[in-house]
Amino acid sequence: MHTEFLMGNEAIALGAVAAGVGLVCGYPGTPSTEVLETVAKHRPEQAWVEWSVNEKTAMEMAAGAACTGVRALVTMKQMGLNVASDPLMCVEYIGVRGGLVVLVADDPGPISSQTEQDTRSFAAFSKVPCFDPSDPQEAYEMIQKAFDLSEKYETPVFLRPTTRVSHAYASIQVRDPEEYRKGPAASFEKDSSRWVIFPRLSNRRHGEIEQRNALLSEVFSAEPANRIDREEGAFASSRRGVITGGISWTYAMEARRFLGPVRLMKVSTPFPFPEKRALEFLSGLEEVLCLEELDPYIERELKYLCGKRGLKIRVLGKETGHVPAAGENTRDSVLSAMAGFLEVSLPGPGELPAPPALPVRPPVLCAGCPHRASFYAVKQAMKGQETLFCGDIGCYTLGNAQPLDMVDTCLCMGAGLGIAQAVSHLEPGRSCFAFVGDSTFFASAVPGVINALYNQASFTLIVLDNSTTAMTGHQPHPGTGRTMMGQSVRPVSIEGVLRGVGLTTVETVDPLNLPLAVETVRRVAVLPGVKAVIFRSPCVALARPKGRVDIDASACVGCRKCIREIGCPALSFDGKAVRVDTAQCTGCGLCRQLCPAGAITGGEIHA
Amino acid sequence: MRKDLILCGVGGQGTVLASRLISSAAMARGLPVHSAETIGMAQRGGSVFSHIRIGEGVYSPMNARGEADLIIGFEPAEAVRMLPFLKPDGRVVVSDRGVVPVTAALSGGDYRPEAMIEYLRDTVPNLTVVEAERALSEVGHPKVLNLILLGAALFDGSLGLSEEDLAGAVERLIPEKLRETNLRALRWAGL
Repeated sequence: MHTEFLMGNEAIALGAVAAGVGLVCGYPGTPSTEVLETVAKHRPEQAWVEWSVNEKTAMEMAAGAACTGVRALVTMKQMGLNVASDPLMCVEYIGVRGGLVVLVADDPGPISSQTEQDTRSFAAFSKVPCFDPSDPQEAYEMIQKAFDLSEKYETPVFLRPTTRVSHAYASIQVRDPEEYRKGPAASFEKDSSRWVIFPRLSNRRHGEIEQRNALLSEVFSAEPANRIDREEGAFASSRRGVITGGISWTYAMEARRFLGPVRLMKVSTPFPFPEKRALEFLSGLEEVLCLEELDPYIERELKYLCGKRGLKIRVLGKETGHVPAAGENTRDSVLSAMAGFLEVSLPGPGELPAPPALPVRPPVLCAGCPHRASFYAVKQAMKGQETLFCGDIGCYTLGNAQPLDMVDTCLCMGAGLGIAQAVSHLEPGRSCFAFVGDSTFFASAVPGVINALYNQASFTLIVLDNSTTAMTGHQPHPGTGRTMMGQSVRPVSIEGVLRGVGLTTVETVDPLNLPLAVETVRRVAVLPGVKAVIFRSPCVALARPKGRVDIDASACVGCRKCIREIGCPALSFDGKAVRVDTAQCTGCGLCRQLCPAGAITGGEIHA
Repeated sequence: MRKDLILCGVGGQGTVLASRLISSAAMARGLPVHSAETIGMAQRGGSVFSHIRIGEGVYSPMNARGEADLIIGFEPAEAVRMLPFLKPDGRVVVSDRGVVPVTAALSGGDYRPEAMIEYLRDTVPNLTVVEAERALSEVGHPKVLNLILLGAALFDGSLGLSEEDLAGAVERLIPEKLRETNLRALRWAGL
């Protein structure tokens, strides 16, 4: 063992490597992405690591590995689990030979997601056992336990960290490489009575799964990670206890420093719920406060248990309005909820005088981002017309911000195509657009294109191709020609896919060549049927800046058209002239192309 | 030793590297470290923070209000935003250079960083204001504000680490060709 300073996700990755994982695949999504990236950096010989095209494919890969006896890890964020749920629900019935851990990172807040869904509830729904770590050290140990449990009981197992665990850093104890488990070689043994799902098999397996989960509730009740901390001091004869899990447990432990040691239980295996351990915790209590994020999961389990056992205990939490139903917990929210519950008065915080109005800082497209130019070109081309601009999931969701204001809808990955084609059928007079990024195109847009084409929709598909998966930190995808195994491969061509399924109009343009980009959109938008414009220009976070623009303050007329129309964060107004922040400007030249006074020079020429 | 710190600024200002240097320096002294920081969408020009908690007995990577011994503000308004986390006798080290958000540029610019510095002078008894432009020009590199601010916290004693501790972290974490400049930035406040 040795000490390393690791992010929760890195700890999970090293835990998987120590557990002898042989296949790791997933799709990027905050806050889960670093797990797979870290495994790739520490890839054991013989192990296969890839960013799959989407979570469904990744889950199916992992299921395939698990039937060969090899340990597999599949990684995704909570939204990704929705995509992967079809194979997951089935692999739970089929079972596994090699351990299969499904790493799903939840995002209370949400901070960077569309929903606040709870994988603990998904675990109960899918009948898949679930571990819920509180910190990087525990996550490191839990993933190893999860692999052992998965193999022993032949079931996939969830490891479900949340953002503050995935992205926390801690100095933790990890194994030396010599202590790593050596996994077995893959050997698929043909057995159609086991690997082919049929109603009769499903019926038998359903019964077995319910029995196994009843057993696992007992096993988890003996699991030390479901720990109970005893009441002491002022709370020694208290009839009140607090139950929690995940990051909230760390907040509660810190609160005990201010409040004194109240009786506290941590639920580390939310499904199957450790009923016996919970009964031990409940013994002698009259009131319990549940502190958890997302669903009132523990709260409902306790109510169910109290009902089943006829226990007269008040269970307080989200459903009773004692804590907020939505959003993240914090150190302060947990401390104040516990203090209120335990009737302890805390010294109030010192009052600060009201500060001046603080600037709002919504996330924005980077200076020089080619998506800004693409959105601006479409906006210019379609000025004055009835339009619908369907956005999608990625950096380009930020195209919704002022002044671009080019995202009318955003639902989930690939959904822009479905929305655009529905509206095109129902409102034929409206010119509909679906914007989709390159990684999202491969992940979930292709069936939408085929559907639109065959079912006679009429809209313009705009592929924003910056040659990377930018929002999650620049992962490769099938269009990039790189893999996580370090291979250089032939990229899958977006034009080729679109022409292959039957689109006849597929135009590729550099969005930073503004006149050409506008002209292309005008021309393509009026064509009937499904047609595509691919705006191709690399992500500025990856491409080396091509210099920067200069603004001649004496020539600038102060009209601020550049700021008002494109909202580049590198441009600001000093009261007389526009100034450019040289640290941010990449020299994309978009502002130069729309300056009416010709005051902006330099930067790239796109012709 | 127990120290609770917050580093805050705007995405892209180098708070993450500064946080890593502090953590590495503390760990080299055998101290356990917990930290948490902003990752994801908010990094694109949004407000970002790192919480760093050094020493034994820590469970949570996040600080509570009124707990931080030190706030290092890479931007005046961001320091003000995090001020509720400062403990009553805590110290604030802040850069005087504002980053004007696009929203303010669009609405005509009603954000005055000087007003934030004035507010800090009125409310924080233990305040170190770093003149960013002067410091950067004296160090001779436009992108080392993070090391300059670390140095300011180091030399006013509020970091609880020594120059050797941090210089060692620079050796470990910063590529050789940038090391000299970063060490110069770290030592600027001590000159």
